[in-house]
Amino acid sequence: MNKATSMNLKINGNIKSFDDTSMTIEGLVIQLNLLGKRIAIEKNGMIISKSEFQNILLQDGDQLEIVGAVGGG
Amino acid sequence: MAQKKDSLIIAGKSYQSRLLVGTGKYKDFQETRLAIDASGAEIITVAIRRTNIGQNEGEPSLLDFLPPNRFTYLPNTAGCYSADDAVRTLRLARELLDGHTLVKLEVLGDPKTLYPNVMETLKAAEVLIKEGFDVMVYTSDDPIVAKELENIGCCAIMPLASLIGSGMGILNPWNLQIIIEHAKVPVLVDAGVGTASDAAIAMELGCEGVLMNTAIASANDPIMMAGAMKKAIEAGREAYLAGRMAKKLYSASPTSPTQGMIS
Repeated sequence: MNKATSMNLKINGNIKSFDDTSMTIEGLVIQLNLLGKRIAIEKNGMIISKSEFQNILLQDGDQLEIVGAVGGG
Repeated sequence: MAQKKDSLIIAGKSYQSRLLVGTGKYKDFQETRLAIDASGAEIITVAIRRTNIGQNEGEPSLLDFLPPNRFTYLPNTAGCYSADDAVRTLRLARELLDGHTLVKLEVLGDPKTLYPNVMETLKAAEVLIKEGFDVMVYTSDDPIVAKELENIGCCAIMPLASLIGSGMGILNPWNLQIIIEHAKVPVLVDAGVGTASDAAIAMELGCEGVLMNTAIASANDPIMMAGAMKKAIEAGREAYLAGRMAKKLYSASPTSPTQGMIS
């Protein structure tokens, strides 16, 4: 195997495999049907601002937390 | 008599409603919205949780029912047991809500009782305030801890009336009174209110407001209870401002005139 044909990302605690190995965070947001939703993303412990989504490439093994607002006291 | 506008002021912003409500434990979003409308609350708490991945695209979200431009969202750190987790959660919340800085900090110490961990709360408050957050802080009813949280720079102190979700009402009015007397920032009761009279008592003690969730959401009729709470808060506030009569064991002055009695 000379070139990786997929990458694994750990998203919200679950490992997911993606065929696109040169995907930005924005690309991931689109794939997950989260475009336009009010979310915040942390990559490897660092918060990524929305304006950076299109600039940051994801790498195999990245850990992401994608959060939203839910009902709570 | 001209009525002076009596507003609740938190972190420089004024609010007409002194009732703050949570958005959890309702049957559905529709009921959540109806109850919140009936409560008249302007500030509503939300939790920050992992979003559903790869599920229904058209699945409704809380934000569709409670538009953030109509309500002041108060993201909380419910479920956090350490200062680090709480700080991390609120940084994400700030990103989520486009730089919104008003937050509710709560760090719990025990999953069984949900009693707050004031040591971790103090640590988290310090970090958050340095980072520019306006921190409304949930705490025990310990007056020294309350003062310390105020000294750190919290914009509102929110001691418990009794434990979260217990509905036990105000267990220690004396401590609350000490906290209120010494605080220069608003003191709001958060947690433990069970029914309308509890909320009224909190306000009569001089609280600036009350934050509740379960008392409304777990009532048989949440929407009616939300209305009851609204009235209780207003009644309690007015009674506080009006200044109650002194308590005495008996009175030597009857309500009706002693002159002109028939004989």
